[in-house]
Amino acid sequence: MSQFAEQFPIVFNALNVGFLQTFRLFIFTLVGSIPLGLLMSFGSMSKFKPLRVLIKVLVWIVRGSPLMIQLLIIFYFPGLVFGVQLWGGGESGRFLAACVAFIINYACYFSEIFRGGIVSVPKGQQEAGIVLGMSKSQIFFKVTLLQMIKRIIPPLSNEIITLVKDTSLSRIIALQEIIWAGQSFMKGSHGISGVIWPLFFTAVYYLAFNGVLTVLFSKLEKKLDYFKV
Amino acid sequence: MNILEINDLRKTFDDNQVLKGVSLTLEEGKVMSLIGSSGSGKTTLLRCITGLEKADSGIIKVAGNTLFDGERVGKRTSEENRKNQLLTGLVFQNFNLFPQYSVLKNVTLAKELLLKEEFKAKKVDKEERKKQLIALDEEAKSIIASVGLAEKLDAYPCELSGGQQQRVAIARALMLSPKLLCFDEPTSALDPEITGEVLKVISNLAKEGRTMLIVTHEMGFAKSVSDKVVFMDDGVLAEQGTPEEIFDAPKSERLKSFLNSTLRM
Repeated sequence: MSQFAEQFPIVFNALNVGFLQTFRLFIFTLVGSIPLGLLMSFGSMSKFKPLRVLIKVLVWIVRGSPLMIQLLIIFYFPGLVFGVQLWGGGESGRFLAACVAFIINYACYFSEIFRGGIVSVPKGQQEAGIVLGMSKSQIFFKVTLLQMIKRIIPPLSNEIITLVKDTSLSRIIALQEIIWAGQSFMKGSHGISGVIWPLFFTAVYYLAFNGVLTVLFSKLEKKLDYFKV
Repeated sequence: MNILEINDLRKTFDDNQVLKGVSLTLEEGKVMSLIGSSGSGKTTLLRCITGLEKADSGIIKVAGNTLFDGERVGKRTSEENRKNQLLTGLVFQNFNLFPQYSVLKNVTLAKELLLKEEFKAKKVDKEERKKQLIALDEEAKSIIASVGLAEKLDAYPCELSGGQQQRVAIARALMLSPKLLCFDEPTSALDPEITGEVLKVISNLAKEGRTMLIVTHEMGFAKSVSDKVVFMDDGVLAEQGTPEEIFDAPKSERLKSFLNSTLRM
């Protein structure tokens, strides 16, 4: 027990550093994949068929294959095939590659959620905007968007909670996120080796963070309760 | 002066020709009712006039502006299209209010957006913007009061009855002062006992001299409010005339049997 008490502060610090990287990957992915997903959802509803087909194929490939493989391909492919160090070296290079993989992957999932949300807003809403002389972008931002958001909060919160846990896949390209930090105590790190509890303990971070997200989403849902769609 | 002029308008959906050459005119300050069974093309005609549907050929003019000309389709800028859009207003069967906005905001939204574009283009200063936006709210409030909803300015659509929602929708359309106000079966989605409040608002507008085109199944209302009644059948104007001519002395067999069937309901 005394050994645990000795180890705990060291492990706690190391896990915090790891979690910071996890959190950064999470935020960068959200900030990148939400706008990209929205653009893709417009593309998937475009009147221009080649664009629609292109997006469908992309979504099929990305949703249909493991994110872990996508991470590996995006990280290693440029170097192995073209001999270019696209991502640069070190932790920052791995982080950049992970961001790109996660943004593309999550944009594909989000685009489908957004598309579903947009088509579920009754056509009469758009038509009301048209006869009132609004432009297309005004109709989207002033009429459709909030109604769409209200409808997609449940599937979107699901996806975002999954993203928190999916960040752990970046361990495969040795990104120093929280799983990597927990695991390092097995091989030896900070003078501690052969202990597995730090790895188990990382789950507490995920749980706590997802708890916060769950509360935030239910607050948002309540906030939009004032109107019915 | 003619507010609405339609010449030989045709529209086909896939293989189904819905409008088979419709021509009509409506003078300023007059009210025209369009009657006919479902599928006769009334709603499609209204949607073509209000820009929700593009006709195949023919001409639509509102207040001297060509809204549609089959000979020169797609040659207009989007700017022109939007300007033309404001010449007509449309009140929907299902109201289509914006659920996330209060009654007041529903009524002001479109005009506010237009004003803000103007502010940007003309570089209007802050003081003036504020003044104009306040004037806009005041104008909206008086229009909302005129449809009897002064108490409901801050209510949301989900808190209103169908009749109240439809009156807000009418106020919303009036806010843009369209030259021609169209109604697409404005009472069809309402309970019978509250259709009266909406019909009364429309009757008042008629008395004020609004030019209106009304698709309706309320024959009594059509008879009392209209200056002209048009009976549509199978994509053509089968018969038109004063309410007395249409309801009391129908000429064609189709109109007679249509009127008989609506009476039986």
